[in-house]
Amino acid sequence: MQAEQVEIAGFLKQYPPFDELPEAEVDEIACQVEISYFRAGTDIYQFGDEIHELSIIRSGAVEIYRRNGDLYNRLSEGEVFGQLSLLMSQRVRLPARTIEDSLIYFMPEALFMSLCDRFDSFAYFVEVDDNLLHQAVSDKQDKSDLMVSKVTTLISRTPVMADTSATIREAAQKMTEAGVSSLLIMHSPESLLNRASLPEDDALEDTSDRLLAGIITDRDLRTRVVAPGLDLDSPVTEVMTVEPVTLDVDAYAFEAMLTMLRYNLHHLPVLEDDYPVGVLATSDIIRYESQSSLYMVSSIMRQTSVDELAELQPQINACFVRMVAEGANSHMIGSAMSVIGRTFKQRLLELGEAELGAAPLPYCFLALGSMARDEQLVVTDQDNALILDNRYQPEKHGEYFAQLAKFVSDGLDRCGYVYCTGNIMATNPVWRKTRKEWQQTFTDWIENPSPEALLNCSIFFDLDGVWGKVDWAAQLNSFVAHRAQRSPKFLASLARNALNRTPPLGFFKDFVMEKDGQHGNAINLKRRGTAPLSDLIRVHALAVGSKVQNSFERLDDVSEAGILPPGRAADLRDALEFISMVRIRHQAADVEAGREPSNSIKPEMLTDFDRRNLKEAFKVLSNSQRFLKFRYPFSGR
Amino acid sequence: MLGSHAVNWPALFQQRAEQASDERLKRFYQQGVVAGDTALADVPLVALDFETTGLNANKDEIISIGLVPFDLQRIRLCDSRYWLLKPNQGLTETSVPFHGITHSQLSAAPDLNLILESVLDAIAGKIVVVHYRNIEREFLNSAIKKRLGEGIIFPMIDTMELEAMLYRRGMLNRLKRLIGWRLESIRLGDSRLRYHLPHYGQHHALTDAIATAELLQAQVLHRYSKVTHLSELWT
Repeated sequence: MQAEQVEIAGFLKQYPPFDELPEAEVDEIACQVEISYFRAGTDIYQFGDEIHELSIIRSGAVEIYRRNGDLYNRLSEGEVFGQLSLLMSQRVRLPARTIEDSLIYFMPEALFMSLCDRFDSFAYFVEVDDNLLHQAVSDKQDKSDLMVSKVTTLISRTPVMADTSATIREAAQKMTEAGVSSLLIMHSPESLLNRASLPEDDALEDTSDRLLAGIITDRDLRTRVVAPGLDLDSPVTEVMTVEPVTLDVDAYAFEAMLTMLRYNLHHLPVLEDDYPVGVLATSDIIRYESQSSLYMVSSIMRQTSVDELAELQPQINACFVRMVAEGANSHMIGSAMSVIGRTFKQRLLELGEAELGAAPLPYCFLALGSMARDEQLVVTDQDNALILDNRYQPEKHGEYFAQLAKFVSDGLDRCGYVYCTGNIMATNPVWRKTRKEWQQTFTDWIENPSPEALLNCSIFFDLDGVWGKVDWAAQLNSFVAHRAQRSPKFLASLARNALNRTPPLGFFKDFVMEKDGQHGNAINLKRRGTAPLSDLIRVHALAVGSKVQNSFERLDDVSEAGILPPGRAADLRDALEFISMVRIRHQAADVEAGREPSNSIKPEMLTDFDRRNLKEAFKVLSNSQRFLKFRYPFSGR
Repeated sequence: MLGSHAVNWPALFQQRAEQASDERLKRFYQQGVVAGDTALADVPLVALDFETTGLNANKDEIISIGLVPFDLQRIRLCDSRYWLLKPNQGLTETSVPFHGITHSQLSAAPDLNLILESVLDAIAGKIVVVHYRNIEREFLNSAIKKRLGEGIIFPMIDTMELEAMLYRRGMLNRLKRLIGWRLESIRLGDSRLRYHLPHYGQHHALTDAIATAELLQAQVLHRYSKVTHLSELWT
């Protein structure tokens, strides 16, 4: 009678990857294992040993080392080791030693390989290094309609178009007949030919040979035609939006949402090889995103006082929770929350200008840090600053901008964006500078990267104009990108600074385990995960002259520049996505439970799946930090 | 060392091999016994456990047998065996269920006589390891004697005895007992905890056999060594 190993099978079934196997398979494993007892401090495997078994810790604890003796991992009851060596070489690459008296179950290689072949879940689990994290991230994304739907699935009809020669009246008639709220205005082929023959300086941009000349909407007819009382026989080109923002036909639905949020658009033409194949309306997206962040934005713009704005805060949190529940990814959520934050600033500035009177000089209100990167979440403070016109005179204009800044800052605080503890706010006179002064300041920081200057870098090197002369912010960005790229000393300092915050090694029982073997009770996923990742990505982005701010978009630029080892950009993307989503999901759970959302998580709140993937993500971060030292050597002086 | 009356096991086995009339017993003894001066690391071992209807070897009966071959390196579950046995006397309602074993399972089970050859083949040439030898040694001897008219004897390592040496013998323990101090438990589960071995659901002959094998591995690593002679432990 073949003995049934109830005790051992029962143990295995509690832990991954065995918990996902059919019961009969686990029973078979239980009948095939060999058992061995090891005292604390005993080598189970030394480097280069032959290995033909997977080890499962039944009780006790085991440490895994790198060849150089660095601690690689610490494992306890229910965890496995030896899988990589089994898969790759049948030689031990990472030695294992017990740190407690331990009982180990050994599973034979043939069975291990057979399970890998027959069960995807088992193979994913053991082939940890690259695949697992990626799998975790893509599994997650599969759940969201917006993530997998191509923008084409949202297009309900072919676009309605008119020629640039049409009058406003003809355009309006065409829209009425077709029952649409927008009309695309197209260059006629002849006009294109004519334009092509014009002298070069008339063709200001490459876009001049595009077929799409502009777009006109119901709203434009109201605000640009009826209200000012324009002649209906004027050419439609006088009132259309020229060279509108468009989207490629290959884009995903979520990109459409991000684009509309970012530019506050209600209509978005979709092009295939420069030819329009449809126009997306806000309502097309809202069908996909039930409680839309787009609604949130328009709701913010409708409020008429700070009191009313402050009342919206619960709705923002609800919007955040819903996006998480609907399976949005961190880029979508970060962008939506950032747009909402920007909209608060815009509305507060409108209200402020209404109360204080129009500004005496042009200015640009800046968002800094996570909001500028489109990575804002619900736990956030306000980081902002002002760019002032070069004609600014403190004694003459100072009072106005101080009051405006105070109005906005107090308003933001009431709406849930608490004051910045580092006092990086427009209320601080130090952070109200003219365009020239800002350029000089950035030049100083880049040329003399003092510790104090570097402290500011993680905030000021992510900047975005939210109100007023937003071009100035873009210009400042270009200036910074240009200068930073050419300053190896600055990049080296920034790189060194990006190593200040490091990830932990992983988890051990219900503790966070540090590289020195110490234990902690909780982990701050921002400080130990997403923030150092953003810091690291920023260094690479500045080094390749990238002008974008979002970490994922920066990674695209960095990846294209080819300065990272193969696959590293994708690993970083997966790592950032996974840590961000764990952080986001826990914050959403906090909000739902009526708790104050936090960046800090106790390991016992994490599932096995999250722990394993977080550990992988931390490893990616840690390896990338090592690479940073090597890529941007600090020459000293 | 354990038995003050040192038995000459090879001589005893040789004698029994000549005297035994049952072929199965004869073959068992003919396989011989591991020499007492063999280092523990080289000794083939087999952990054995019975579940019985009571504690009296003359009256009560074996209802299940679990065994697992092992050595100091590995406990090999793929070679483990487990049998249910049908008791001769009818089972009373009160005597069962035994640890999850049902009436119908037992009434469908074979008599020891039918599986004796398999049991003896599994332990022949190996040193049997038990926790509390009085059960396994006396019940097996008595059950075989009832069926074949001749008993069985072989050396054993008793993991409970190894614990008793630490926690039951010696002046200090005798003194403790005298003044009524609570003595360390030497039951299987409690002994295992002292070596940080996990808790197992008890009272299944095979689980207990595995638990005993693990305990011996731990005892040897903590208190003896791989080169300790078998004769220091057997009894």
